[in-house]
Amino acid sequence: MRITCPHCGRRDVAEFTYQGDANRLRPDPASTDQAAWNAYVYDRVNTRGPHREFWQHSGGCRAHLAVERDTATHAILSVSYARDSDTARAGRRP
Amino acid sequence: MVEIASPLGTAFKPGRHGKPDGAPGVIVCERKPATIVQVAAFSGRETAVREALVKAAGLKLNGKPGAGVVNGSRAGFGVAPGRWLIADDKEGLAGSFAKAIAHEDGAVTRLTHGRSVFRIEGPRAEWVLAKLFAVDFSPEAFPVGDAVSTTHHDVFAAIQRVGENAFDLYVFRSFARSFFETLVRAGEEVGCEVKA
Ligand SMILES: [Zn+2]
Repeated sequence: MRITCPHCGRRDVAEFTYQGDANRLRPDPASTDQAAWNAYVYDRVNTRGPHREFWQHSGGCRAHLAVERDTATHAILSVSYARDSDTARAGRRP
Repeated sequence: MVEIASPLGTAFKPGRHGKPDGAPGVIVCERKPATIVQVAAFSGRETAVREALVKAAGLKLNGKPGAGVVNGSRAGFGVAPGRWLIADDKEGLAGSFAKAIAHEDGAVTRLTHGRSVFRIEGPRAEWVLAKLFAVDFSPEAFPVGDAVSTTHHDVFAAIQRVGENAFDLYVFRSFARSFFETLVRAGEEVGCEVKA
């Protein structure tokens, strides 16, 4: 399995660290909504097929990446900087 | 001029290692730049920082991922988005960068004490490095001046091609001894000359 880092190019998966599901959105840190926090921490859809997730090129340029990976085939469908991902954008507060 | 200490200690064994006959396939030495400095741009300030860096260092860094320049005893390359590593045989460069780069644009971090630099050169340098790193070292994929950030079994290494058959490897200083031994061991097959 290889991931094409937008900065470094195609590298072995051993250089990368998985950082979790990129579909969830953290509640406002000031929120005391127990259900929302519970869902954020524990609820996963366990997708079979294309799945959005965060990775870090920890053994390379150290950039955080948004990766779309097919969980059935491990095919990497797309890679971008995490800061440019929809999740990062949605989570960014003015 | 400061006297630069080596972390290698007894692991540094000059002379021929491995295959004893014929010309050495690789020559390995420790480079001891008096300056190793990282310059990092804050988000959106990459171009401003790179331009200031190019002016202050006199190195034509074009901003393409992994692109770098070697200019005599001074070398620089991109290690990550908006981050560059510069090494120089003289002191003083970090101070000029700190003056040239505005606080709101980026950060200058002195790493001279934190990195060790090893040079591997010779006709089999690509072959020996390919044993250690999952990176394409062919000149087409990795031209002179360019650099990669990668790891050997979790030992981080920034590697710059400094000549047709020569590479400089920057590793964390605390891993220097272990990494140096691994490098020499990998070179034994082709005959490795460790030079003072
Ligand atoms: Zn990378």
